[in-house]
Amino acid sequence: MACLLETPIRMSVLSEVTASSRHYVDRLFDPDPQKVLQGVIDMKNAVIGNNKQKANLIVLGAVPRLLYLLQQETSSTELKTECAVVLGSLAMGTENNVKSLLDCHIIPALLQGLLSPDLKFIEACLRCLRTIFTSPVTPEELLYTDATVIPHLMALLSRSRYTQEYICQIFSHCCKGPDHQTILFNHGAVQNIAHLLTSLSYKVRMQALKCFSVLAFENPQVSMTLVNVLVDGELLPQIFVKMLQRDKPIEMQLTSAKCLTYMCRAGAIRTDDNCIVLKTLPCLVRMCSKERLLEERVEGAETLAYLIEPDVELQRIASITDHLIAMLADYFKYPSSVSAITDIKRLDHDLKHAHELRQAAFKLYASLGANDEDIRKKIIETENMMDRIVTGLSESSVKVRLAAVRCLHSLSRSVQQLRTSFQDHAVWKPLMKVLQNAPDEILVVASSMLCNLLLEFSPSKEPILESGAVELLCGLTQSENPALRVNGIWALMNMAFQAEQKIKADILRSLSTEQLFRLLSDSDLNVLMKTLGLLRNLLSTRPHIDKIMSTHGKQIMQAVTLILEGEHNIEVKEQGHSHVKLQLAAMFCISNLIWNEEEGSQERQDKLRDMGIVDILHKLSQSPDSNLCDKAKMALQQYLA
Amino acid sequence: MSGQPPPPPPQQQQQQQQLSPPPPAALAPVSGVVLPAPPAVSAGSSPAGSPGGGAGGEGLGAAAAALLLHPPPPPPPATAAPPPPPPPPPPPASAAAPASGPPAPPGLAAGPGPAGGAPTPALVAGSSAAAPFPHGDSALNEQEKELQRRLKRLYPAVDEQETPLPRSWSPKDKFSYIGLSQNNLRVHYKGHGKTPKDAASVRATHPIPAACGIYYFEVKIVSKGRDGYMGIGLSAQGWDKHSYGYHGDDGHSFCSSGTGQPYGPTFTTGDVIGCCVNLINNTCFYTKNGHSLGIAFTDLPPNLYPTVGLQTPGEVVDANFGQHPFVFDIEDYMREWRTKIQAQIDRFPIGDREGEWQTMIQKMVSSYLVHHGYCATAEAFARSTDQTVLEELASIKNRQRIQKLVLAGRMGEAIETTQQLYPSLLERNPNLLFTLKVRQFIEMVNGTDSEVRCLGGRSPKSQDSYPVSPRPFSSPSMSPSHGMNIHNLASGKGSTAHFSGFESCSNGVISNKAHQSYCHSNKHQSSNLNVPELNSINMSRSQQVNNFTSNDVDMETDHYSNGVGETSSNGFLNGSSKHDHEMEDCDTEMEVDSSQLRRQLCGGSQAAIERMIHFGRELQAMSEQLRRDCGKNTANKKMLKDAFSLLAYSDPWNSPVGNQLDPIQREPVCSALNSAILETHNLPKQPPLALAMGQATQCLGLMARSGIGSCAFATVEDYLH
Repeated sequence: MACLLETPIRMSVLSEVTASSRHYVDRLFDPDPQKVLQGVIDMKNAVIGNNKQKANLIVLGAVPRLLYLLQQETSSTELKTECAVVLGSLAMGTENNVKSLLDCHIIPALLQGLLSPDLKFIEACLRCLRTIFTSPVTPEELLYTDATVIPHLMALLSRSRYTQEYICQIFSHCCKGPDHQTILFNHGAVQNIAHLLTSLSYKVRMQALKCFSVLAFENPQVSMTLVNVLVDGELLPQIFVKMLQRDKPIEMQLTSAKCLTYMCRAGAIRTDDNCIVLKTLPCLVRMCSKERLLEERVEGAETLAYLIEPDVELQRIASITDHLIAMLADYFKYPSSVSAITDIKRLDHDLKHAHELRQAAFKLYASLGANDEDIRKKIIETENMMDRIVTGLSESSVKVRLAAVRCLHSLSRSVQQLRTSFQDHAVWKPLMKVLQNAPDEILVVASSMLCNLLLEFSPSKEPILESGAVELLCGLTQSENPALRVNGIWALMNMAFQAEQKIKADILRSLSTEQLFRLLSDSDLNVLMKTLGLLRNLLSTRPHIDKIMSTHGKQIMQAVTLILEGEHNIEVKEQGHSHVKLQLAAMFCISNLIWNEEEGSQERQDKLRDMGIVDILHKLSQSPDSNLCDKAKMALQQYLA
Repeated sequence: MSGQPPPPPPQQQQQQQQLSPPPPAALAPVSGVVLPAPPAVSAGSSPAGSPGGGAGGEGLGAAAAALLLHPPPPPPPATAAPPPPPPPPPPPASAAAPASGPPAPPGLAAGPGPAGGAPTPALVAGSSAAAPFPHGDSALNEQEKELQRRLKRLYPAVDEQETPLPRSWSPKDKFSYIGLSQNNLRVHYKGHGKTPKDAASVRATHPIPAACGIYYFEVKIVSKGRDGYMGIGLSAQGWDKHSYGYHGDDGHSFCSSGTGQPYGPTFTTGDVIGCCVNLINNTCFYTKNGHSLGIAFTDLPPNLYPTVGLQTPGEVVDANFGQHPFVFDIEDYMREWRTKIQAQIDRFPIGDREGEWQTMIQKMVSSYLVHHGYCATAEAFARSTDQTVLEELASIKNRQRIQKLVLAGRMGEAIETTQQLYPSLLERNPNLLFTLKVRQFIEMVNGTDSEVRCLGGRSPKSQDSYPVSPRPFSSPSMSPSHGMNIHNLASGKGSTAHFSGFESCSNGVISNKAHQSYCHSNKHQSSNLNVPELNSINMSRSQQVNNFTSNDVDMETDHYSNGVGETSSNGFLNGSSKHDHEMEDCDTEMEVDSSQLRRQLCGGSQAAIERMIHFGRELQAMSEQLRRDCGKNTANKKMLKDAFSLLAYSDPWNSPVGNQLDPIQREPVCSALNSAILETHNLPKQPPLALAMGQATQCLGLMARSGIGSCAFATVEDYLH
């Protein structure tokens, strides 16, 4: 019974809603402009905070009519303004609303509105534009399609605190990448926005600050300019430092710390500057503390990871500041067991941020442990850290997996850890799994880590070999991505170092000589170097040399000689130094081949002499590089003996 | 709980404990902690170290480090001479209490110790005098001045009269293996440092006052010496188990025990180690070269002393208690906490019903205006806020008239007018009348009283420099004495928490329907003011706070205002006089003449001097009569004596008692008279606004004395601007 009754009621409610929405739209077409205005005002009051109503009005076609009224020259300014307000309200709804608005070409219409002399109307248009541009469904390119827009927005910055707030917000959302940065910079963004940092309005200050953080990111040109900008007699970095004082709102502290971080990474502020060491770094560490919101902790850790990444001194300071390493361990405790039971809302919140937290922590650990052995040790000794990383390697989220591999890679630079923790936790297992099927960005880091795990002293070497690493690495050497080719051949080189004959044979078989020679003529110098390294490792100890030379002798000797003659890539000037290294690497191969004490060396010496090696060696013994010169002389002595 | 020290044991007993065993033996096994070696004097003869030192049997490393932060025993109180004086009553704050003084080794006990933390500004001077290194006096003064400036800026809420700040290491509270130099800021180790038992420590001259809120000091490692076993931290008074340290050799933190926890990095020569005590949440963190190392200790007890411990030869450290800028940005940290506390205050829920809060504030403002007789303003305010004024307008004007006379120094007229308008008032208050008359006598000497003015040839204007502009009524209002008043009277009172005076009005002019509910909200407010707030700040102290609340917040206004009335000065004369036509003549005469001509006794007129002397005799007679009627009154006696002393000097204005002639001295008299008049109308002696402020200020003082650090960031003045 109840069910039967309910359906018609619901239906009637629905039709009522639609009917009333219809009425709102109809009134927009009234011939009396006064009634149209009243209709728009009533519509405004009806849609505020009512997503259903917004959707209805969009479906019923209110948007084109509102846009028409907004652009119509005969419309009063008041009507135009109210139209912009209603459109802004519609944009505040769901993402679908924004899409509908974009489909109706709202952006050009609103940008056109900015040319009006009326400030109220301009503010309403900007507010609506702000809402649209901050939506994730809006392509930021739309801001740059008309070249006159940016200069006009710059000019509007002086009009009112509202134009300042909205325009800065639009800029900070639409500035993605160096092209956008350059456009804004060339239109005087720095000068126009700098003085807004001392605005009386908090919102204006905050949005201006955000602008600077996006402008400075990875942009040396902007960053170098920023350090010298004066506002009210104070340099911009000093103003940023004031904004990260501990009594300022967290959002402001965090954003100004970002600005200083980006300026530092872009080379505009030294890493040993007090504003970095004593202000920015501690502020970012505070952002990682338990007292902060989860979002803030994520942003804080990521920014800090970025700040300290290249500088070991900053890594050391961060590692002792406020127990950061232990603090980060908390990032793995979400969702906490408490939240699961007590509070569904919180559980939801925790779950949403859990991935972000974990990847941020991994990133920061990776930066912290990048260079200093003691810090790595401290990280690994943190409760369950290796387990957490190992778990992270098999997480579904690519972001977390990547960060976990990065972290592991950073820690794997430690000989001691490779021998102990990495072995205890059989890190190689999940790593091999990651390598089976992963996007390139993960593969690059993971394979580079595999190189470390295959070092001769690494106890993981054996099990990795047994799990089919040779095939996998040989596969990598055929990749399109030079980074993967380098890592593949590098790992093979490590694998061949002082290896038994069987492994060497496996490598040669699996790689195939064709591929080996392809790699010896690789366009990437690093690949070339590591391939020679592999050759050298393969060509060590007599039985191995014999074995290999018996099958591939001729090709190998040709290839090596070719490199020693080595004018083929010297045209790349910057690689001049690398070229010497390359020749040195080839020289090692030659030395191995012609060493007198090895049996069969006489035969190889003869063959190489036929290829003109003696002349080459004479030439190289005149080399300005003393190392190369010595090696060449030593090789020549083998012939003389 | 922890704020109040246990009452000291009878002095006799303490003395016995102190003297009976050979001193070092008594030291060793207390609380199971291995203690540092006894001072050199007894080292040879004493087996003391053995139980402690042998107990662990540990190597020099970690075990040794554990020892460093045990404070030297405080010296016996200075008063502990052979005939033991009665134990002093426990003061509300524990800082001054010698507590259950631990036995002190004779090496330390020799010489007069500081009187257990009593305010001894001499200590500061003494310490600089003791400097073995020659310093330019001016350089030294400059350093002292900078220290003073920095301490004032960092810890504005600290009353150094009551709780002096640490400024140097105490040459008395140290082991003999410790040497001090450079104005007692440099510490070096001068023992042989062979075993952990040779560890020695020194603490600062004073414990850290709670009113600091956040306290910070730094220590620079000048030299790590042989092994670098330096410990930096805090220690509680006496030989209890509370000591806290951070050790250079292993970076461990030690909390009242021999085993350390991994805490931070190691530190060595050239490093600057800072120690910050947060007295709001009772935690401590360290800094190294300006970098915060994170929380080291929680649940700290109150009254900790900055302390360092050293253990091997060559170890030298320098302290910075504020003499120099700190490496760590402590002010930034303080800003964070100030903001936190103020946000807590701002967010405090007020009133449960809509508008009640506003109504109460308006009433407070209105009653303040009425109290001080700003009648036109009061009327306008009442009109715009839709309130009734609690006093008849005429009555306000009368009071204002009298106040103006008093403040103009025209005491004779003031007394006369009072007697006219309030016939029985002074009869019932003979002490008040006496006070007024004494003031009249002083004004006669000054030449301003009406009785001598008509006789004198000189315009009194030249002698009257009363500042007409109103002064903030908060200025000198909080004397320590009336803090005691509150404390004492609180214990006897029940829990009636209302501000008296709003109940009814005897002159029958006013019937105020609203005032009942007002009193209610007032009560609500008074108990709200501090209690739950503080509880949330610091759970561990909540019990203590509650104790204070039940005693102190529920005070009766009458008693309270007694204290305030005498010490506070109220700003009276503002523009309202413009509306008062009756007083116009008076106003013009009160204009300030800033040219300070040479003053003459009674305005220089012989007749006036005679009149004054005659009046003095009458006053003497009145005093005697008063004594017969009401018994001895030392205040009255002193008042009269001081007033008469003026005649002993040829130039009373520049005499040691000349300050009585300062027009500012009229204010307390004026205030007392005003209060008495209001009282006869059953109006409050003190305006509720002043009362609320006084109460808030008192609460902060109580918080400081109870070890609740948040008082540092809630100064009443902060909210007056």
